[in-house]
This record gives sequence, C-alpha cells and structure tokens, in this order.
Amino acid sequence: MKPAVCTGVHFINGDEACAEGAIAAGCKFFGGYPITPATEVAEQMSLRLPEVGGTFIQMEDEIAAMTSILGGAWAGCKTMTATSGPGFSLMMETVGLAVVTETPCVIVNVQRGGPSTGLPTQGAQSDMMQAKWGSHGDYEIIALAPSSPQEMFDFTIIAFNLSETYRTPVFIMSDEIIGHMSEKVIIPHKKKIKIINRKKPAKVKQGFKPFKPGANGVAPMPAIGEGYKVHITGLTHDEKGYPVMTVEAQEEMMARLLGKIRNNLDDIILTEDYLLNDAKIIIITYGVSARTSYTAVDEARSRGIKAGLLRLITVWPFPEELIRNLAKKAKGFITVEINMGQISREVERCAGGLAPCYLAGHAGGAIITPDKVLALMQEKF
Amino acid sequence: MPSVNKTFQADKHPLEDLLRVDRLPHIWCPGCGIGSVFSACLRSIKNSGIDYNNFAMVSGIGCSGRGAGYINIDSFHTTHGRAIPFATGIKLANPDINVIVFSGDGDLCAIGGNHLIHAARRNMDITVICVNNLIYGMTGGQVAATTPHMYRSSTTAAGNPESPFNLPLLAYAAGATYIARWTMLHSRDVSDAVSEAIGRKGFSFIEVLSPCPINFGRRNKEKSLDTLRMYHEKSIIKNNATPAELDIEYGKSIVLGKFIDIQKPTYSENYSRVHNPNDE
Ligand code: SF4
Repeated sequence: MKPAVCTGVHFINGDEACAEGAIAAGCKFFGGYPITPATEVAEQMSLRLPEVGGTFIQMEDEIAAMTSILGGAWAGCKTMTATSGPGFSLMMETVGLAVVTETPCVIVNVQRGGPSTGLPTQGAQSDMMQAKWGSHGDYEIIALAPSSPQEMFDFTIIAFNLSETYRTPVFIMSDEIIGHMSEKVIIPHKKKIKIINRKKPAKVKQGFKPFKPGANGVAPMPAIGEGYKVHITGLTHDEKGYPVMTVEAQEEMMARLLGKIRNNLDDIILTEDYLLNDAKIIIITYGVSARTSYTAVDEARSRGIKAGLLRLITVWPFPEELIRNLAKKAKGFITVEINMGQISREVERCAGGLAPCYLAGHAGGAIITPDKVLALMQEKF
Repeated sequence: MPSVNKTFQADKHPLEDLLRVDRLPHIWCPGCGIGSVFSACLRSIKNSGIDYNNFAMVSGIGCSGRGAGYINIDSFHTTHGRAIPFATGIKLANPDINVIVFSGDGDLCAIGGNHLIHAARRNMDITVICVNNLIYGMTGGQVAATTPHMYRSSTTAAGNPESPFNLPLLAYAAGATYIARWTMLHSRDVSDAVSEAIGRKGFSFIEVLSPCPINFGRRNKEKSLDTLRMYHEKSIIKNNATPAELDIEYGKSIVLGKFIDIQKPTYSENYSRVHNPNDE
C-alpha cells in the first residue's frame, strides 16, 4: 500500500490534482467513463486507487458510472466520478436519486464548450445552470469552482467534506483550461488536511430512521451490512425511508432536503474578495475566469477606476445575500464567465434593479481576456 | 387496496423475519405472479443460513422493482434500468455483501440492457432475478422487449410487429456464468436456482416467467389460470439446452432449466490478481 497523501511539491495538471485530492480525502471507489477533457481524472484514479486499497471501475456509460458511485457510497465508501458536458447530461437523472436518497458523493465536471458534442478540447463554463437545475424537480445542490490545479486538489477535499457533512452530492465545476493546465501543486502533510467523515447512527438498530435529521438537519448514515436494514427509494419517502405518496410527505421531505442546505449557508458558501472595500465596479467571477479577472481589476485600478472583485468558490448555493448587499453600494456589476449568460442572470436577480449588470462572456473555447473585461468596463461605466 | 385477510393475520408467515410487514399490503394485483417469485427468492435467502446483514437487494422501477421495498434487509429501489450498476457499486465497495438484483424484464433488459450485458461480461459477482411478464405492467401494459410477436399491448393494439429477446441467449452471449429459466409456477426450482446463485461466485442470471393478468392477459384474452396452465402444459425442462434454441414460442413451447453453470474468475478476483500479483 502506498500513502493516500502524496505530501510534497508537484508539477501536475488540474485533473491529476483533483484525483490526488480525492485520494487524500479518503475516496475509495471511483466509477468512471472516458470523456475529454476529464479523462485524466479517471486515469489517475485507476492508478492510485489500487495503491490505497480502493477500487476503480470503468463502467459502460456515464449513467452506470454515476449510479455505481451511489451503490459504493451506501456500502460505506467515499466515492467519486468525473465527466464533462455530454456525460454530465447523462448523469442527471441519477444526480436526482443521490439528492433524494441523501447519498454523499462527488461529481467532477471538467467543462467544455457545448451544447452537444460542442468543443471537446476547449474550455467553457456553460454547464453552470445545469449543475443547479439539470435533474428534474426542486432541489438544492452544492457546487464549487476551482481556479487552479492547486484548487483542484484543495476543493476536491472540501467537496468531500461538504458531501459527507450534508449527505448530498457535491459538484466540482472545473473546465478544460484548469483541468489540462499544469502548475505547482503543494500537497500538505496528512495531519494538515481536515477530513470530515459522515456521521454514523447510534447503535440502536430497531426502528432506525435513515432520514430523521440530526442537529444540523442531516440524518446519520449507516452502511450496508451494519444491520440497520435500511430501505432507500427514489420515491417520495418519510423519515423511515418508506414511500408515502401524499402532498404532506412530499412537503416534509422537500423541507428537509432544501433546509439542510438553506439553513447552513454560512458553512457552505465560500467566497474570496479582492479590493472590494471601496469598489464601485464589481466583477463577479469564478473558476478559470477569475484568473483573468484579477488582471482586469489591477489594470482598471492603475487607470484610476475603482474596480473590485468577488470570486465565487461556492457557486451553488448562490451567495444571494452577499450580492444583494453589494448591489446597495455598487455602481454596477460585470460577471465574467465563459458562457452566454448564466451566473450573470443570478447576479442580476440578486441585484434586484439596484445596480446595472453586464456580462463579459462568450460562447466558449477560450478564456475571457482582461482586455475584454476592461473594454466593457469603459463602455458601460 | 385489498385488505389483509384473516388467515394471514392469525398465522405468522414463515418468511416474516424477511418481510417489512409494516409495508403490507403490497401493491401487486390479484393473480400477479411476482409475489411467488419474490417469496421463492426470500426462501433461498432464509435457507442459505447466511446472516441477513450480509445481503443487499437492489431493484429498478416497475412492478417487480417494488421487491426491494418489501424485503427486510438493506434494500434499494433505484432509478429505471439502473439496478445493476448500483449493485456493482455495492459489490465493489464491499465484496462481502451478497447482492441480489430483483427486477423486471423492461427494467433489466430494455432500458437497463446495456448494464446487464456489461455486468455479465465482467462476471460481476451478483445474482440477477429477472421477472419476465412480457409487458410493462406498472405503466399500464405497453409493449416490451419481451412481448411475443403479434401479441397485443396498449401501444401495439393491432399486434406486436417486433420480435422478443431470447434472454438466456443474450446473457450467454454477454458472458454470464450461470443462466436458468423457470416460471413462477416452478417455485421450488426458482428457489433452488437462487440458492445456487447465492452459493456460487460470478454473474448469475435467472429469468422467471410470471403472468401479468391485468395488463398482458386482459389484452390477449388470457386469464391468469390459463397462463398457469400453459406454463404447466407447454413447458419442457431441458437442462444444459443450447441458449440459441431458447426462443419462447409463447403458448406453444417454453424451454426451462439450468442452461449454463461454469466457473470463471469474477471481476473482483481478476482486479486483485492484476493489482496484487504477490498475494496468491
Ligand atoms: S400490473 Fe401486472 S405485473 Fe404489475 S402487479 Fe399487476 S398483474 Fe402484476
């Protein structure tokens, strides 16, 4: 057996860093399916999992890959899959099953240009709304957006921790540029990495309710074989897990599912701000687009424009309150993202007409250059 | 909903320790065959002597897919067609668990057909019980990949223009290492087959023909008892029969038996052999 945490300084790409983060977080099962530009995550997992006593399997399609990690999670493992646009679409029904059965797992989407086969080898951030609404029905989901290979490592660990804490699937919304970019990645000592494991139920097995929430709104989760005899279904169910086809049961279940996320926003929402204190023009951005946006802010400042930046680390749940408050003092917002307007619409919704909102975006295939952001800033403000 | 009858209330059911009695009555229609297949399966689990905690049952969607909801072990009612990949995840994450997939023909062989053949190819160590009622029962009787040619369904009112799968042949071609076919009337044989499957390593596929009087029988002028009589009179037991000769000639001839039972390394055995060659 080799160590799960490869402490040291590495020069690796984002996809590989993501796999190392997963292994460091304690992931023991990966069900995958090859797709550009996420394949390297699966390749790295196929090498690393056997070294740490875990199992890798390449399933027959993304539906099977996604479903297998739910089975693995109920057998007691931390589990992950990785994909890109077309595969993400195929996984969506099962994402809903993960949400409703409150199954912890991590799903990496190394985004590429879409729709359809789109631009397989070129980056985009155009699955952001799909991450929120891709599966049918109402739900809350957690999605993180890394901006560097280092963050592919760090955020994968955070993703597992959130997933274990809230018994929910967590997305890592990366993109081709970050996935394929090689940079310095520092993997800290094992003791320096904070790892959270799912809460286990008390020993009393008779009458155990796998969906009866604990203090933070989340139910403890047993594993198959421990004797709790759980029944888990995608149907609307009560705290016992039994199907109940009534309006009341639906309401109660949904309140629980939405509540565990909505009532813990302070713990889940992570952001980073840059020169925001006196900023009048506020850039909202995430993932790879944050990298170029920092340059745009610096350049704007050097020209005397009071620009600042809010980077979303957690994109879902959306930091509504934060944006609402910023809107009160801002002259306007520019959302920088590689799509035709997704998170920008969320910003506009939260700004509520208090400040004008613009999009610095394009249809995918390349980064948004600082020049484009600056030009928009000068044109609009 | 039908009420629980008095005899049932008075006597303890022999399989009560394996049933979620708090979920009864079940949803299956009077005359439906799924319950017989289900209880045969439960008997095998009971007779295995293996701790119930070392079993998990996984179902997909449909009438047979409700099986997981009535068994009192760790049980999973998943999405349509995906019971096998869910079971695969369980088995690989905890190889000590005996994983039984209990689902219907539509779920396992149409929408989930891709998973069936790949799990068979990998010789994944799971037991698949496929209740074949020749129709989509839950949704009201639409044509299935198993509906006999020219038989009626709600989407083939003039007769099914398609040909059905020969399921044992499909499983065989994909690499399944244990293949049997019975009808729900052959309850003891079903139970024996499930016991054998539990006791062996590798991918086991057990097809069990079962009447759907409500949605198949009604449209094809076949009463529940007619179906059972046909199962009784028109079936022939031919162990080790060639899978290519197992097409069902519905109403005329149905070949039953254990067709394949061979030893091959499972996915997990091969996986550990590849990654830990020095362990042996
Ligand atoms: S619809 Fe058919 S298969 Fe479904 S429960 Fe009724 S009789 Fe059985």
